Amino acid sequence: MNWLDTVIQGTLLGGLYALFAMGLAVIYGVMKQINIAHGDFIVLAAYLALGIVAATGLHPFLVIPLAIVVFGFFGYAVQRTILNRTIGGDILPPLVVTYGLSIVIENALQQTQSADPRSIKLGALETASVPLGGGLAVGVFPLVMLVTAIVVAIVLEIVFNRTRLGMAFRAVSDDREIASIMGVRDKRLFGYATAISFAVIAIAGVFMGIKFTFTPSLGPNFLLYAFEAVVIGGMGSFWGTLAGGIVLGIAQAIGFALNPGWGILAGHLVFLAVLLVRPTGIFARTA
Amino acid sequence: MTAASPRVERYSTGGRVGLVLAAALVLALLSGPFWLPSDAMRLVVQFACLLAMSQMWNLLVGYGGLVSIGQQAYIGIGGYALFVLANQLGLNPFVSVPIAGVVAALFALPTSRVVFRLSGGYFAVATWVVAEVYRLLVANISALGSGAGVSLTAMLAYDKGTRESITFWLAVVLLIVTTGGVYWLLRSPLGLALTAMRDSDIAAESQGVAVGRIKLLVYVLAAFGTGCAGALYFMNALRISPDAAFGMDWIPLLFFTVIIGGIGTIEGPIVGTLLYFTLRQVFGDYGAWYLIALGVVAIVVMIRFPRGIYGELAVRFGWRFFPIQRILREPK
Amino acid sequence: MSALLETRGLVAHYGDFQALFGIDADVHEGERVALIGSNGAGKSTFLTSIAGMRRSAKESIVFDGAPIGALDAADVAALGIALVPEGRRLFPSLSVEENLAMGAFNRRKGPWNLENVYSLFPALREKRRAPATSLSGGQQQMVAIGRALMANPRLLMCDEISLGLSPAVVKEVYAALGVVCSEHGVSAIVVEQDIELARTMSDRAYCFTHGFVSLSGTSTDLTREAISAAYFGV
Repeated sequence: MNWLDTVIQGTLLGGLYALFAMGLAVIYGVMKQINIAHGDFIVLAAYLALGIVAATGLHPFLVIPLAIVVFGFFGYAVQRTILNRTIGGDILPPLVVTYGLSIVIENALQQTQSADPRSIKLGALETASVPLGGGLAVGVFPLVMLVTAIVVAIVLEIVFNRTRLGMAFRAVSDDREIASIMGVRDKRLFGYATAISFAVIAIAGVFMGIKFTFTPSLGPNFLLYAFEAVVIGGMGSFWGTLAGGIVLGIAQAIGFALNPGWGILAGHLVFLAVLLVRPTGIFARTA
Repeated sequence: MTAASPRVERYSTGGRVGLVLAAALVLALLSGPFWLPSDAMRLVVQFACLLAMSQMWNLLVGYGGLVSIGQQAYIGIGGYALFVLANQLGLNPFVSVPIAGVVAALFALPTSRVVFRLSGGYFAVATWVVAEVYRLLVANISALGSGAGVSLTAMLAYDKGTRESITFWLAVVLLIVTTGGVYWLLRSPLGLALTAMRDSDIAAESQGVAVGRIKLLVYVLAAFGTGCAGALYFMNALRISPDAAFGMDWIPLLFFTVIIGGIGTIEGPIVGTLLYFTLRQVFGDYGAWYLIALGVVAIVVMIRFPRGIYGELAVRFGWRFFPIQRILREPK
Repeated sequence: MSALLETRGLVAHYGDFQALFGIDADVHEGERVALIGSNGAGKSTFLTSIAGMRRSAKESIVFDGAPIGALDAADVAALGIALVPEGRRLFPSLSVEENLAMGAFNRRKGPWNLENVYSLFPALREKRRAPATSLSGGQQQMVAIGRALMANPRLLMCDEISLGLSPAVVKEVYAALGVVCSEHGVSAIVVEQDIELARTMSDRAYCFTHGFVSLSGTSTDLTREAISAAYFGV
């Protein structure tokens, strides 16, 4: 195996995993909750994009802005109508309710879209690549994914650290009660956080649909990748999450190169190793 | 004035009724192999296994406050341990069931070192990752049948009647050990500590409860019970595969039986498991729609009736069939 | 003259435990009211009830003529009621300046802005970029007070702001509070453990005992002995 090539491919795949992870990190960062249905929403976004492409004939990349808007509103609605009812001290309700959503989405897709594998076709771009010299080359599309992940990390960093909304997000995350006596309407704010999370999910879903052939049952895998990337990177910054996604991508790529049955396993093992050695994450800010 | 000191009441009328009913049920069940048809016996074994898993999950989540969504790890390890012990090491398969539980508990020790580094929702998802690791590892080991799985050939040594009867009796024992065990545990001083921890870890710690050690104990005990149940479940099925053993379908099942039944009570999982089997017999053929309905019901119950069916009824009517409370009564 | 804030039969519960048993109290425009009482007497519960952190009966709290007992905390804040909470409760992941800015989240118009808060507490200016919880106790208390002032409140409620501060700083803080009230017509409710301090800095005082008002009156009329008697509930 060509180590350098494997690491490069893994890094690019890591861009996709970082996109998976950043949506999860937004919700955890603000609400301290984990959305178990996160991966299923990514799959749902891919089916939505597939449907839009089929109906309009638009280029998949042009579908992304539309998917962001649709999913953003969808996320706000899901938070306001369902998830806000689970907010409180107890960790069980959010887990059970989002797990329930996961089952509902997966089986509803199974019923309406069948279990047949699908993918979003990108045309010539799919195979286009840029030579790096020395026999190495990187695909244009994987590069687009990584660059997008970096852009999303920059945007989220700005939103969370440089805007009034981000300040309110952090304040609510610190102390919901005190934020509310400053005039923060927490339930609405949680809606905005989920809207942002779902906007990132929309991007991740379209890219996932191009990169992989997908079925309705892949959601839980994507949730685990997203979760692992967040924990590996460490909480506190989206740069950490981006790095965590890349570490996971490289781990999976190396595992896969050694033996096709070991790819996902290698990612899981790296995650567990990080937990053992540095449970706050590799790139956590040490306060 | 010398006041007589108040009395600590630990049994209720409902509690006595509960014990008598439970004893009668156990006796009736023990005679099962003499009059139950074979498919009914298989169903009872399945029921007992699911109820045992539910009681263990209830102990873990409802009392220990450890929200694991990866207990399928121990169902699978218990199941595979049975197959290895009986098929490959030639042990008596029936004796292997409790040993499989011990194997699951042994796996729980190092696993806890990793997952206990996280708490809350992170702990939950980490337990799921661990279950996936075990599934993928087993799927990569050809001696364990890889992804396709293996059959319990050791059972061929017994005729059908013996096989089914002993499996059935083991299931009855499993019921007693798990439901009775949780009942006994919660009535013991440890039960008080667990109840205190459920209300607040920090407050319990300040009262001298060794929270960390008790959580570990609960985690390992739950792994043992879940491992036994997994072993028996796959003994009943006679075949095991990584997807069936470590698959994701177990957790929604436990959500249903424990949360819809009534979390944090011993009666709740019994109600939930009975309801689940009834619904499965009636609606099981509807496939995806049936699962969608289960998901919706879980969401609605969690939001609107977090105490579950039994919990709501118990509050309304003051029922306590398995009383674990200590009630102070003023002397008359 | 009608009061800015009136409570009528205000009650509060924590589960089975009742913390307030029908509190009747008034605060007038520009008035400084002290709450005195031992720990657990219900003073903090009284303040958090007014702030909307706990839900009360609609009519049991009236602010500027409108019933506010059933409002959300955010809606109460929008009316110009600010609280310096017990234990400060600054936002640890926010800088000093961001903590202050959170106080102005409602964008209420008024005399207070970052510049004025820094003039009041010059020590904060140089620490503006530091995480709020890295400051000394006294400076953190200044941030908490500044954060409440940034809301440009009509009613400012302070829960034991002198706790952990040196006497000199306490004097400074109460002097500032006096200026805020007299110059800007802000009303204040102050929970203070130091009875003498409570009397000198307030116009009127209420003594709380076990969730009841056991004594009330003009601060100058209330004798130390009467307060002590009420304080210990004898």
